[in-house]
Amino acid sequence: MMAEAGRHAVFIWSAYGITTVIAVALVLRAVLDHRAQRRALARLEAAGAAAPGQETGRV
Amino acid sequence: MLTRLANPATFMRVSGYALPVLAVAAALLGAYGLYLAFLASPADYQQGETVRIMYIHVPAAWLSLLFYSIMAVSALGTLVWRHPLADVSQRAAAPIGAAFTLVCLVTGSLWGKPMWGTYWVWDARLTSVLVLFLMYCGILTLWRALDDPGRAARAVAILTLVGAVNIPIVKFSVEWWSTLHQGASVFRVGGPLVDPAMLRPLFAMALAFTCFGTALHLAGMRTEILRRRVRRLTLLQAERLERAAA
Amino acid sequence: MMRTFLALVRRDLALATRVGGAGGLSLVFFLMVVTLIPFGLGPDLNLLSRIGPAILWIAGVLATLIGLDRLFQADEEDGSLDLMRLSPAPFEVVVLAKATAHWLATGLPLAVFAPLFGLLVALEPAALARTALSLLIGTPALTFAGAIGAALAASIRRGGLVIAILVVPLMVPTLIFGVAAGDPTNPASAQALTILAALTLATGAIGCIGAAAALRGGGE
Repeated sequence: MMAEAGRHAVFIWSAYGITTVIAVALVLRAVLDHRAQRRALARLEAAGAAAPGQETGRV
Repeated sequence: MLTRLANPATFMRVSGYALPVLAVAAALLGAYGLYLAFLASPADYQQGETVRIMYIHVPAAWLSLLFYSIMAVSALGTLVWRHPLADVSQRAAAPIGAAFTLVCLVTGSLWGKPMWGTYWVWDARLTSVLVLFLMYCGILTLWRALDDPGRAARAVAILTLVGAVNIPIVKFSVEWWSTLHQGASVFRVGGPLVDPAMLRPLFAMALAFTCFGTALHLAGMRTEILRRRVRRLTLLQAERLERAAA
Repeated sequence: MMRTFLALVRRDLALATRVGGAGGLSLVFFLMVVTLIPFGLGPDLNLLSRIGPAILWIAGVLATLIGLDRLFQADEEDGSLDLMRLSPAPFEVVVLAKATAHWLATGLPLAVFAPLFGLLVALEPAALARTALSLLIGTPALTFAGAIGAALAASIRRGGLVIAILVVPLMVPTLIFGVAAGDPTNPASAQALTILAALTLATGAIGCIGAAAALRGGGE
């Protein structure tokens, strides 16, 4: 496989490599963003902005 | 079913169960697809080993269109039913669609270098994907430029729908244009992919990409719902502080 | 309805011809771009005459983009757009009137002066006539596509760059058929001219509906 990818190996591996980088970036962005919003929400609720149950059902 | 799902609280609960399932499915299918793509499929007689780039290029192209369709349907939801969940879906889909369009362009170009001898050919297909990417850029720009989420969602919805009309027109005009300027040898992408040994990895990867994209979309929507809640609570709190000060 | 339309066109034209308006300036800008390209390419007249229609068309696209950011923004800021929303005429007619005035002040002068500027890039008489005709038929499509972007970005301060990013993908088909229609050596140029006219009509309908919807949404 890998060695047999032949003289075009560079192109094949860079295509898969770049795709992996973009996919990882998408996942990281999703996870970090979600965490940041969770933290902000927890802080607001701790400050007594609203009872958590009161807000569900509305976006 | 759909109306019940359209309740954000229900959506949060159901998507909370669906998300890990989709993520695991994407990982398993991706591993199986990669195994097929590299170990269990032959090189193409014409494209040689570079055919393996197709196993990510074609699924990325499929997702770039799928996500535009998701945005267009959500745009209808925003404009016709004014449903907040449609706004959230639109917003979460845009960056994911743009990323997959970029993957499609980059892998296409890396496939083109060994096959065509150049990284970029103004071939009808590549050019329409490039214009699609520019349209995603416009949509992302508009999201960033408008502050109020409801207003931004309506503006982006109009742009998305106009773009949905524009895509087939661009496709038609670019095809007309490239047959007019037919000079360089054009090697049709996708044509040689008929061998079932190559279709199987292609399908596995396409399914893996779809699960991955859907999982990202659900995760994005969940975050977006939280972000709106944070925004509203911040505004409420500021209001209350103001009242207390007065 | 017709009276509203004509009154709006007259008002916007009067505003455009005033100092600081878009009218004459975009023509000068058009000339600037046409002058700039030979400096980049070199003075090879054969090359210039071959790509002449493309130069004029790209200059036309850029000149249309330049004036777009004020198309609705000025009226949004001073509140006249709110008055137009209240008028009994459909809002699409208001958009059509404003886009027409914008075209009369930018697109039409470009088409009229294109033969003159075409001489700078060594176009043959046949190509001059065809390019001017294609600009006359095609520039309204550029304005209507631009109107959508201008309406979406009406509330954005310094929205010029945003509008350009939103609008350029919508202008791609017009540019393709416009340049093809302007080239007399192209065997399909008559066909291209027909498609260009169809694009102008379709963009006109989509542009007015889309821009009106965008401006209504912005006013809420």
